[in-house]
Amino acid sequence: MKLKQLSLFLENKPGALGRPVRLLAKARFNILTLSIADAHQFGILRLILRDWEKAKKLLEKNGFVVRVTDLVAVEVSDQPGGLAKILDVVEKAGINVEFMYAFTEKRENKAVLVFRFDDPDTAIQILQQRKVNVISSVELLQQTEAL
Amino acid sequence: MKKKVPARFHPVSAPDFLPRHQLQSLQLQRLQGMVQRAYEHVALFRQRMQERSLTPADVRSLEDVTRLPFTVKTDLRDTYPFGLFASPMQDIVRLHASTGTTGKPIVVAYTKEDLQVWGNVIMRSFAACGLHAGDVIQNAYGYGLFTGGLGAHYGGEALGATMIPISGGNTQRQLMVMKDFGTTAICCTPSYFLHIIEQAPELGVNLKELPLRVGVFGAEPWTESMRRRIEAESGIKAYDIYGLSEIIGPGVAMECECQAGPHIFEDWFYPEIIDLKTGQPLPDGEEGELVLTTLGKQAMPMIRYRTRDITALTNERCECGRTLRRIQRIGRRSDDMFIVRGVNVYPSQIETALLKVEGTLPHYQIILTREKGLDEVEVQVEVTREVFGDTVGALEQVQRRLCQGVESLTGVRVNIRLVQPQTLQRSEGKAKRVLDQRKL
Repeated sequence: MKLKQLSLFLENKPGALGRPVRLLAKARFNILTLSIADAHQFGILRLILRDWEKAKKLLEKNGFVVRVTDLVAVEVSDQPGGLAKILDVVEKAGINVEFMYAFTEKRENKAVLVFRFDDPDTAIQILQQRKVNVISSVELLQQTEAL
Repeated sequence: MKKKVPARFHPVSAPDFLPRHQLQSLQLQRLQGMVQRAYEHVALFRQRMQERSLTPADVRSLEDVTRLPFTVKTDLRDTYPFGLFASPMQDIVRLHASTGTTGKPIVVAYTKEDLQVWGNVIMRSFAACGLHAGDVIQNAYGYGLFTGGLGAHYGGEALGATMIPISGGNTQRQLMVMKDFGTTAICCTPSYFLHIIEQAPELGVNLKELPLRVGVFGAEPWTESMRRRIEAESGIKAYDIYGLSEIIGPGVAMECECQAGPHIFEDWFYPEIIDLKTGQPLPDGEEGELVLTTLGKQAMPMIRYRTRDITALTNERCECGRTLRRIQRIGRRSDDMFIVRGVNVYPSQIETALLKVEGTLPHYQIILTREKGLDEVEVQVEVTREVFGDTVGALEQVQRRLCQGVESLTGVRVNIRLVQPQTLQRSEGKAKRVLDQRKL
């Protein structure tokens, strides 16, 4: 059920973001979604790609430090309170959200969010018990295939 | 699979095992000859002796060496180019020169006999780390005015090894040659070999599968942690060679297979350790500046040359049986030291701190700046896979731990800046760890 995310260390300086993005573009990798965390002197670029293994190899070959993390993709109804409902579930279970961001893809009033939980396996179990639609990576990639 | 080659005694190493009393009488005899020669032919030395009311006849024992005047690097610059030569040009067969990063270069000269001495100590150096005829030695020290390339070259040939005079740089070609020519030993700076290790996988070379088994590393200070990393990642044995152009070039001291610090070839180079501030000699075991006197250099005798290298001499018997004293690994130089807010800091201390936190040594650079009259130290550290967590918090924690580690070892607060891998400059010569941008 887990989704693989690549994260890259970037320095906080002009051109730092452009290099990996151009590299991926040139090799025709499509970025499904991304997020950037920034601190004072550095940033972390987080990417979700279909061919993440190949992309990782390419980035590492070009000198980037790349880390693979398991994320959980969750379908939320695109209306007020949609996210709050999911957070209720995880908070009650005492699971910590390290970070989250949204998927650009949308379908029928539904949005897809990706979460990094400190314990993704327990999170998936609890979310499923509470009937939250956790999307498998295969499913997600199939959906985005059409894009 | 690495071939295991048993250590064997090479006859050229015989002087390494001289009983101390025999060695000392040889040293005294050669010292007296050297002082006599310098007194007769080098005006600066004679003048300094006369200022102290000394003549060569005052050197009656080895202890008398401490009465002789020091020679310092600026003496070589002040007498540029040939002012310290003790031989006429027709006897000088070779000149080398430093790159002269600060001002004029320094020039050193060799007679035929001097080259024989140099060849002898290089042969003994190679033999000490288990090399012999049949070995294929890739010499990646720079050929040219720098003493490293040609110095190692002729000693290797005299030993009967196959020398590959590839010189420094062009890592791709280094790896190709290493693989195709069956290189068994490499000579270069340790930081350059780390660069080769980093590049090897990209060029499809697995160092551990090659016949390469020995690295002779020198020309810059390095640490035990670098040795461990080199050995673990390449599967070779890494040995420390020490030398400096002013004395002869590489081959002043070399580690044996026990890897317990370089043995000084004391029959040709007389070592002392002195207190940095007072200039007074220190006993074995105490740390200070290494001072060397050449005992067999005709073209350019060096009497009590202050090397600026900080080390200690040990007279403990080495397991190899050599009677030659050893120097502690030279991790720092008195002129590498920088002073920040009144505190003396050595790059090696910062290196130790980084290693402690990260487990392996990352590439780093120290940058000194002065803002509004206040000195700032920034240590740029390349992020490695080992420390990269994918949250800002995890990275900030690494930053904090590095900061604390450096502060607790040096007593100085520094800024740690994490930078992308492979963005700091790699040196193919001496690694320049400290960039001082202060306008003092």
